[in-house]
Amino acid sequence: MTSRFREQLEEALFPPFVALLVALICGDLLIMSYGQPPATVYKLLLEGTWGNAYGFGQVLYKATTLTFTGLAVSLGIRAGLFNVGAESQLAAGGFLAALVGLGLSPSVPTVVGIPLCMIAAALGGGIVGAIPAFLRVKFGAHEVIVTIMLNFVVLAFLNWMIATHLHVPETLHTPDIHTGAIPRLSSIFPAFHGSAANFTILIALLAAFAVWFLLFRTRRGYELRAVGLQPDAAEYGGVNVRGVWFRALTWSGAVAGLGGINYVLGYKHYYEDGFAGGSGFLGIAVALVGRNHPLGVVLAALFFATLSQGGLAIHAFVPKQMVEVLQGVVIIAVAMSVPEVRAALRSARRPAAA
Amino acid sequence: MTAPQPDNNKTRPAILMTGIDKSFGPVRANRGASLEVLPGEIHALVGENGAGKSTLMRMLGGLMKPDAGKIEVNGKNVTGWSTNDAIAAGIGVVHQHFMLVPTLTVAENIVLGQEPVKSGMFDYARAVAEVEKLSKETGLAVSADKKVSELSVGEAQRVEILKTLFRGARILVLDEPTAVLSPPEVKELWTVLRRLRDSGGTIVLITHRLDEVMDLSDTITVMRAGQTIERLQTKSTSPPEIAKAMVGREVALMSRQGEEFGLNRQAPTAKEAAATESYSAALEVKDLVVIGSRKTRVVDGVSFSIQPGEIFGIAGVEGNGQTELIEAIAGLCKAQSGTVRVAGHDVSTSNVAERRAAGLAHIPEDRHRRGLILDYTVSDNLLLGLQDEFASRRGGVLDTDRIDENAKEQIQSFDIRPPTGALPARALSGGNQQKVVIAREMGHEFDVLLASQPTRGVDVGAIEFIHTRLREARAANKAVLLVSAELNEVLALADQVAVMYRGKFAVVMPAKDASEESLGEYMIGTRKESVA
Repeated sequence: MTSRFREQLEEALFPPFVALLVALICGDLLIMSYGQPPATVYKLLLEGTWGNAYGFGQVLYKATTLTFTGLAVSLGIRAGLFNVGAESQLAAGGFLAALVGLGLSPSVPTVVGIPLCMIAAALGGGIVGAIPAFLRVKFGAHEVIVTIMLNFVVLAFLNWMIATHLHVPETLHTPDIHTGAIPRLSSIFPAFHGSAANFTILIALLAAFAVWFLLFRTRRGYELRAVGLQPDAAEYGGVNVRGVWFRALTWSGAVAGLGGINYVLGYKHYYEDGFAGGSGFLGIAVALVGRNHPLGVVLAALFFATLSQGGLAIHAFVPKQMVEVLQGVVIIAVAMSVPEVRAALRSARRPAAA
Repeated sequence: MTAPQPDNNKTRPAILMTGIDKSFGPVRANRGASLEVLPGEIHALVGENGAGKSTLMRMLGGLMKPDAGKIEVNGKNVTGWSTNDAIAAGIGVVHQHFMLVPTLTVAENIVLGQEPVKSGMFDYARAVAEVEKLSKETGLAVSADKKVSELSVGEAQRVEILKTLFRGARILVLDEPTAVLSPPEVKELWTVLRRLRDSGGTIVLITHRLDEVMDLSDTITVMRAGQTIERLQTKSTSPPEIAKAMVGREVALMSRQGEEFGLNRQAPTAKEAAATESYSAALEVKDLVVIGSRKTRVVDGVSFSIQPGEIFGIAGVEGNGQTELIEAIAGLCKAQSGTVRVAGHDVSTSNVAERRAAGLAHIPEDRHRRGLILDYTVSDNLLLGLQDEFASRRGGVLDTDRIDENAKEQIQSFDIRPPTGALPARALSGGNQQKVVIAREMGHEFDVLLASQPTRGVDVGAIEFIHTRLREARAANKAVLLVSAELNEVLALADQVAVMYRGKFAVVMPAKDASEESLGEYMIGTRKESVA
């Protein structure tokens, strides 16, 4: 059992590393085309991210949101559904969390306020996820189309809510929440001072564990993965396929929505229009590179957060768009390398086992 | 390993493969395998599932390269050639699963890749004309203008054969061509193959079915565990001899009585017992109607009941509603009207899980689509449909220890090979995949077993095993509903036999009064008897 687990782990982790290598080589070429020495640029990139507490804090902050959206997307894919709506689910989650934080009296203690806001965030994302789920199950509407389109609807609605009703004058954000604020990491580790990193990261790790446990250790997860792999066989096994679809998309939305607390409760303490800033879409890449495995998702989230923060650090030498190109290369490399790397891994393992 | 003995020194073999090795990781699919096929003969390549037949043929067709060994076609060394080379040299492979474009017409499919062209445009009229000409020459009747999606499987297979012939194939490899055909279609195929042979073509037939081998082939190669065991002349051998070579030991071929297994039929006593009990039947189906995708009544008012300790066999040409009948009983497709009772409980409106809970077990006809989740491990597949039993009541947490335990037990008692639960089901041979399904469905408590084509695509040894299990189930007072395209299987196992024709039972009779001939007439609809 344990050696099987190790094999699975290797198969989950190796392809992304090979892809990373490919991406690094491509990055070298790109950097050289700007007439800069790659080593210097990479060094700068690492120094600006993992090399100092502030940069590292920013990486952790960004990775936290990406973990939630990556988990959300991978949960859908495990059930055979492609949730492209994590962006608006994230925003809706943050919005509802802020509403509850604003609605509660300042006298409500934090230990009560945080869970209430978290429930609100999950509910917000969950509702946005439940709409495509319902349309899929009831009318067979394709979830990709519905979630893409719903992004526009939800984001426009939230924009209108903020712009006309809830904003602080001259801004596009709400007033500060009264309760529910999650402390920054710097409150315990002063070195992180100034960075947005906060204790939501622990909730993200817990969420990753919860998703792993759900997928691989429960009956519901067994059924969910079965539906994703072979719906006909799942149906034969007594699984209510539509029920699984509905749950999977709703859960996916809820996980993405929960990600909203990172910004709203952990960082700014208010909802600001457009705070999602593409983290929902990047969640698709995180899920892909993380092979839809919670552990992979956490690592991939760290990786993409590093690239994103590192882009700012190397801005003076090469355009930060280079980092975006690099992201694209990684995604393509992962998508292509998975079967080959796995096959190589298996054949390398066999003589030893035999 | 017997080195092939050339029968005739003057003829150069059309195919000569010697010392072929091919491994996939630790699995040695071929170990010094050899094959010799003379021009103008029908050669049967037989062996159990996983014996390495298909691998050998894939190397012949250029789909993969051997690790060692030599392949010669018409005296030319072609070891390690490509598919294009193979096609150019006149080798045509008809795969078990059709490779046709459903939205194109028959003619378009056949000429695909070699389309006739007139002034730069696809000349459809000429394509149709050429296909019709070829169809007439070979006796493979097809309608060139029909869309492939509208064809029956028999027709689709003829299109596949025509496709290879159109590309100039002189050596035809057919991978289990009869698995999907009805008896009349099989006969037709035999006629065509004989005609092809008589006009100088060479045919290699991969098959499990010994009756086909005896019926059609001139020579036989038997493979076992990646090796070539024997090369036989069909005239001078017998089915038991071939079976022995395939399995490596004596095999009890299907018999009408099943006495050699030491299991006496229990049906009469069971029936007597049932009569005195409060409920009569283990499975009772009444006036069941299923509406198919084309708005026709694919199951048209079927009624029957099965007593505990009885095997009820349904014969019939495929596509006469058997699939829908079974799926409606299992709860997988919706019945328009009618009732289904399992062990006395009315389950007509229940879902799949509830019907399972009521005592239904189900060996589905398509293990790749329904019966297994191919990417799940064997252990995980062994709980499909039973996932509730392996989960804690609160929270639904799976008990991994019990899952492993269960896998170990089932793998041992059903002799699943390789004996590990950690492999994905995809990695197993067809026969062992089927054993996983059977282990799961028969390895726990049930009252009624729906066994749909339980031996399809599995080898002789596994067939024997599965039949024994079905007889044991009967002896243990279970009710079994057996649907099989193999008439002799139904006759050998069942107590009652029904023939399904166009959604209805054409006849129901005790198996002891039935014969292949009499049932055959009901199967093709030349005889009818109204059945209440």
